[in-house]
Amino acid sequence: MRNVGIVAWNTFREAVRDRVLYNLVFFALLMMAAALLVGQISIDIEKTVIISLGLTAVSVIGLLIAVFIGVGLVSKEIDKRTLYALLAKPISRAQFLTGKFGGLVLTLAVNTAAMVAGLFLVLLYAMHTLERSDAGVLIAVYFILLKLALVVALAMLFSCFTTPLLAILFTGGLYISGLFVEDMRTMHMPQMSEAAQTFLHWLSYLLPNFQNFDVMGAVAHGRGVPEALVLHNTLYTILYCGVLLFAAAVIFSRKNLK
Amino acid sequence: MSVPIIEIENLTKDYPTGFLHTKKKRSLDGLTMRVEEGEIFGFLGPNGAGKSTTIKLLMGIIFPTAGRAQILGKPVSDVSMHREIGYLPEQPYFYDYLTATELLDYFARFHELTARDRRERVQTMLRKVGLETAGKIQLRKYSKGMLQRVGLAQAILHDPKVVVLDEPMSGLDPIGRIEVRDIILELKKQGKTVMFSTHILPDAESICDRVGVIVGGKLQGIGTPDDIVGAKAQGYEVLFEHQGAGNASPRMAKATRTGARYRLQVSEEDLYPALDELRQAGARIVGVTQMKPTLEEFFMNLVSADRAQAAAVEVSGK
Repeated sequence: MRNVGIVAWNTFREAVRDRVLYNLVFFALLMMAAALLVGQISIDIEKTVIISLGLTAVSVIGLLIAVFIGVGLVSKEIDKRTLYALLAKPISRAQFLTGKFGGLVLTLAVNTAAMVAGLFLVLLYAMHTLERSDAGVLIAVYFILLKLALVVALAMLFSCFTTPLLAILFTGGLYISGLFVEDMRTMHMPQMSEAAQTFLHWLSYLLPNFQNFDVMGAVAHGRGVPEALVLHNTLYTILYCGVLLFAAAVIFSRKNLK
Repeated sequence: MSVPIIEIENLTKDYPTGFLHTKKKRSLDGLTMRVEEGEIFGFLGPNGAGKSTTIKLLMGIIFPTAGRAQILGKPVSDVSMHREIGYLPEQPYFYDYLTATELLDYFARFHELTARDRRERVQTMLRKVGLETAGKIQLRKYSKGMLQRVGLAQAILHDPKVVVLDEPMSGLDPIGRIEVRDIILELKKQGKTVMFSTHILPDAESICDRVGVIVGGKLQGIGTPDDIVGAKAQGYEVLFEHQGAGNASPRMAKATRTGARYRLQVSEEDLYPALDELRQAGARIVGVTQMKPTLEEFFMNLVSADRAQAAAVEVSGK
C-alpha cells in the first residue's frame, strides 16, 4: 500500500506540473463564465442553465483528462523508459499500476474541486445566494468523479495491451456505449433474432453503465438524488474499477517491456 | 568456495518479429554463467550481442523464453530481492519534471528510509557523482552525461549488495569515466558485487576481476581478462637508444625507429641474447615490455568471426 501511495503522489505531482492541465481547467472556468452570459438571456431558468453548463464543463474536461492522460499513464513510462529504473525497486507491477490509477484519480478530484468552486462562485454571483438544494450539485460532481475513475481504469486496461491511439478509441467507444446501457436493456427490436436480443441484454450488463451516473438534469432542476443511487454507484465503481485494474495488472505483469 | 550472487542457467530470449509476430529472432541463446560474491564482473559484447537483454531479464523488465536466473538465491521474479539490488539502465531517462534531488528522494522512498536518512543519502549521492550544485535543477535541463550520473546515484542510493550497471561509461567524458571507475572500485572495497556491461574494453580490462564475452547472443568466453585472452606472453618488445648507426648489429638492423628510440620485438628465448647483443653494440636499454594480446584484440577477432559466419549464413540462405 505504501508503494502505491508513493507512485500515486508522484503521478499527481507530474500532473500538477503539466501546463496542459491548467489550460484545460482554465477552459472549464471560461465555459462557466460563458454560462453566466447564457443564463442572463434565459428567462427564469438562469440557475438551471448555469448548473447544466457548469456540470457539463466539469464532465467534459474531466473526461478529456481521464482518457488522454489515463492512456498515457503506462505507455509514456514504457516509451520513455522511465519505468526501467522504477521496476528495479522493490515494487510490483500491480502496485505501480494501482499507484498510477490512484494518482490520476487524485488529480481529477483536485481539478474537479477547483472547477466546482468556480461553478459555485458563478452561481453566487448570478443568484446572490446559495440554497440548501444547491448541495445536490455536489452529488452530481461526486458521480462525475466516479465516472471518471471508471474511464481512467478502462483507459489503463486498454493501454496495457494496445497502442495509445487504439486505447483512446476503445475507451471512447466503451464510454459512448455505456451511456446507452439502460436503453439496450429495455430496447425491443422485433426484427432482431432472439439470440441477438439475448446477447445484447447480457452485453448491457457487461458494459460499464455510465447512464446511472448522469444526474445533471435532475440536479439542475432542483430535484433530489436518491440515497440508494449514491450507494449503488459507489459500490458499482469500486467493483468495476477493481475488476478492470485486476485485469490490467494481470496483462501488465506478463508484458515484455521494450 | 565463493558464493554465486547472480546465477544464470540456459537463459534464452526470443523476440517475435514480422507483421503477425509469427517469426522469432533469438536475442539470447542458452546463456549460463555466474557472478561471484564481491567481484567486479564485466559483461562485454558489441551492440546487439545480448548484453542489455540479459540485464533486462535479470531486472524483470522482460521475461525469458527459456532458462532461469537467480540473484542472491532468489528468482528474478521476486521483487522483494530488489531491496538489495541497484540498477542503472542503458541511456537512462528519468521523470524530467523532477529535480535530481526529488528523483533520488522518490526512489529512496521505496526502500523505507526515514525522511532524515533520505535527505542525507540523497546529498551524499549527489556529491559522490559530482552533482551537488545541480540537485535543484529539473532533469529536463540535464545533459546526457549528467543523466548518467543521476542514474548511477539512484542505483547505489540504498546501499545495495549487488549493483548491475548497463553501459555505465556511456555518454561520459574521460573524467566522468574515471570517476565512474573509481565508484565501481569503491563499491568492490565495500564488499559489493558489481556486474556491468560495456564495450569500452580498456576500462573492463583494468578493473574487472572477471569478464564474460557475449557475441550473437552466445557466451564466447568467461574468466579473468588474462584467462580470456591467454595469459602466455607472445614475446617481448625491447626499447633502446643508440647514438651511432642503426645497423651496428644484425638485431639492431631489424628494430623500428620511433623518434630518438628504437623498438625491437623478440621471442622469449631470444630475449637475453638480444639484450647482450644490443649492449655490446653500444645501445642503452630503456625498457622491456611483455607482449600479450589485449582484450580488445580478442574481442575484435570474435566479432569478426561472428560477422563472417552471419554473412555466410545469409549467402547460403539465398
